[in-house]
Amino acid sequence: MSTMTYREACKQAIRQCLLEEPRAFMMGEDIGDYGGCYGVTKGLLAEFGPGRIRDAPLAESGFVGAGVGAAMGGMRPIVEIMTCNFALLALDQLINNAATLRHMSGGKVGVPLVVRMATGGGRQLAAQHSHSFEGWFAHVPGLRILVPATVTDARHMLRTALREADPVLLFEHVFLYTMEGELDDTVKAVDIDKAAIRRPGKDLSILTSGNTVWKSLEAATALASDGIDVEVVDLRVLRPLDDETIMASVKKTHRVLVVDEGWRSGGISAELFARVCEQAFDELDAAPMRVCTAEVPIPYPKHLEDAALPQPATIAAAARQVLGRSGRMPRA
Amino acid sequence: MPELTFIMPSLGADMERGRVGAWRVKAGDRIRRGQVIVDVDTDKGLIDVECFHDAVVQEILVAEGHEVPVGAPIARLQVEGATAATTTATKAAATPTAPFIPPPTPTPVRALSPLPTSALMSADDTARPLASPLAKRRARELGVDLAHVRPGPEGRITAEDVEAAAAWAARATAQTAAQTAAVPTTAVTVTAPPTPAGEAPPKDPKEAMRRAIAASMSRSKRDIPHYYLWQDVDVTDTLAWLKAENARRSLSERLLFAAVLAHAVAQTASAFPECNGTHEGGAHRPSDVVHLGFATSQRGGGLIAPAILNADGKDVGAMMMAINDLVARVRSGGLRGSEMTLGTITLSSLGDTGVDGTLPVIQPPQVAIVGVGRVVDRAIVRAGAIVVRSMVTVSVAADHRVSDGARGARFLIALDKALSTPPASASSSLAADAPPPAEARP
Repeated sequence: MSTMTYREACKQAIRQCLLEEPRAFMMGEDIGDYGGCYGVTKGLLAEFGPGRIRDAPLAESGFVGAGVGAAMGGMRPIVEIMTCNFALLALDQLINNAATLRHMSGGKVGVPLVVRMATGGGRQLAAQHSHSFEGWFAHVPGLRILVPATVTDARHMLRTALREADPVLLFEHVFLYTMEGELDDTVKAVDIDKAAIRRPGKDLSILTSGNTVWKSLEAATALASDGIDVEVVDLRVLRPLDDETIMASVKKTHRVLVVDEGWRSGGISAELFARVCEQAFDELDAAPMRVCTAEVPIPYPKHLEDAALPQPATIAAAARQVLGRSGRMPRA
Repeated sequence: MPELTFIMPSLGADMERGRVGAWRVKAGDRIRRGQVIVDVDTDKGLIDVECFHDAVVQEILVAEGHEVPVGAPIARLQVEGATAATTTATKAAATPTAPFIPPPTPTPVRALSPLPTSALMSADDTARPLASPLAKRRARELGVDLAHVRPGPEGRITAEDVEAAAAWAARATAQTAAQTAAVPTTAVTVTAPPTPAGEAPPKDPKEAMRRAIAASMSRSKRDIPHYYLWQDVDVTDTLAWLKAENARRSLSERLLFAAVLAHAVAQTASAFPECNGTHEGGAHRPSDVVHLGFATSQRGGGLIAPAILNADGKDVGAMMMAINDLVARVRSGGLRGSEMTLGTITLSSLGDTGVDGTLPVIQPPQVAIVGVGRVVDRAIVRAGAIVVRSMVTVSVAADHRVSDGARGARFLIALDKALSTPPASASSSLAADAPPPAEARP
């Protein structure tokens, strides 16, 4: 076991890929001399040189398109987009090209592209830098959507992703870069298929991903002191969703709370509800509930930003409601 | 001799649990219909609970001091006579909270024990109990009829509620099977399974009463569409009669205006079935008699409205005695279960406090309540002249599901007439219609 920040884990993941895979290179805004806007690539330019650590112009559609082309041409590009909010400029390349070319070419051409991007709010970066779009991208067939929440996943998911024959998008939550965590040195690789139970419990399943995994674990600890035993399921992969692990948890606890930093309407939370109803309806002992981000652009002021995002207290309150222990009516 | 399981009765619309205070009988005792057999400690104080059968006590199931949920068996009785089941049925039809599960005979008994209405199910929503998908599945697996499962606090039946009901039924089956070998188990109907262990009821009686009042009044305001009417009633002549009547009575037999009020309300209510009775299971159940709830403040806070039974059969003198008896027992204990559950209309008089009038809240499951303010001398116009008269503002709140304003108005006008006209007579002997019968109080 060693302790490592999430940022360092991301960096070591990139290093490993560049060292192991000669076809791999990295491309993105300010990743060279500046070391990346979140400092993930600091020092990599010196180690790997400008041929493999390539600063890109402020033109997401252009450099993501270049990444698609490089992948089609046999390279293994790792493209960094500063934040998923800027990925909207590259939607055409990501969806019309990267996600679709396998289909358009009758299976002949794949796009083994990995795109890393920051997601989420909580750092007072205001509305144009704080939204969570991983749920949106999870709508698109042809993409695999990964949300590493732990240092171990940040350290190892990239390598597994780079071995995929089709495009993979990784969403790293901005709040997690400075988080320190235990890294199990014996783990050499992770899958990018399965959800993970971060905390086993019997009373309620919280389905969540990314930074809200940690907020949910904090809520679970608070609820445990009241004798409420919460299971926290880290989805890890938003597309394709790991129905097996999700439904196994629902069948165990019979109660579901979805926590998602995306907006409520039409979000991944709605997709999770639908699947639970389709596949485990008869297991439900209460109507599922969800805690999502308020349906507003993420506000800049700290108190408003905090109020807009899911928080441990709101998660715990919703959990009590699903359990019928909201305190509104005593269970005599 | 059929056997009867005597269960913890519901002594109020929102009672969930009760503590056995003291047994007045023991195994082997012969009891008579109407006899008080047990004191039950509730959120609203100690209540004497009667048995409505001639029976022999077989076994006491719950020891004194122990608390059980409403519906839990607390004693086994052997009922004398062949018509016990029918008697119980009649009783239960008139009293939805009848404290009995009839003996497990093949006769379906579900109709006899209506369930308390849950928070989310309105009284009219009895056709389809709300249950979670898992609860429905468990009910199928365990052979539990969801119509007989009492939902938890959120109003929806959960798997836990179903399993508790099944466990309850299994225990009841085992119990009755041991006693009556030939009885098919399907006849055992779950009425009120024990509520799962959770928050303990408050220990502080004041807090407990507050909670009971909160539950009852919330239910009223949630479920009952109230409408309100009020009227200034000229009681000058009635007060003059009262003064004259009291002048010839001994101090202990003096009449209070409250007795005149109660008498007028009881007499009027007996002619207006829409304002006298209950609303349960989606239907109005008019009552042939008037059991007049008499709202009484408790020392140290709280409110209780036990009923003056058969109030329409009492003249003002008998009413005064009934009120004295009731108020004494509210303050010192000894209220009876029937007084807590049988009320058909309530009188709430706040005149003593000095307020002009009140818009009262109906006590569920009743359908009307009469509110009375203070008596005050007012200058009013009578036949073109300003005269000073003793006036009192009388209001009625009634259940719009049962009656409409026009009918309520006729009730109020009739009450005005009854109250502004001096009563014909008033008994003064204790022997006249003194409640309760001596033989019913061992």
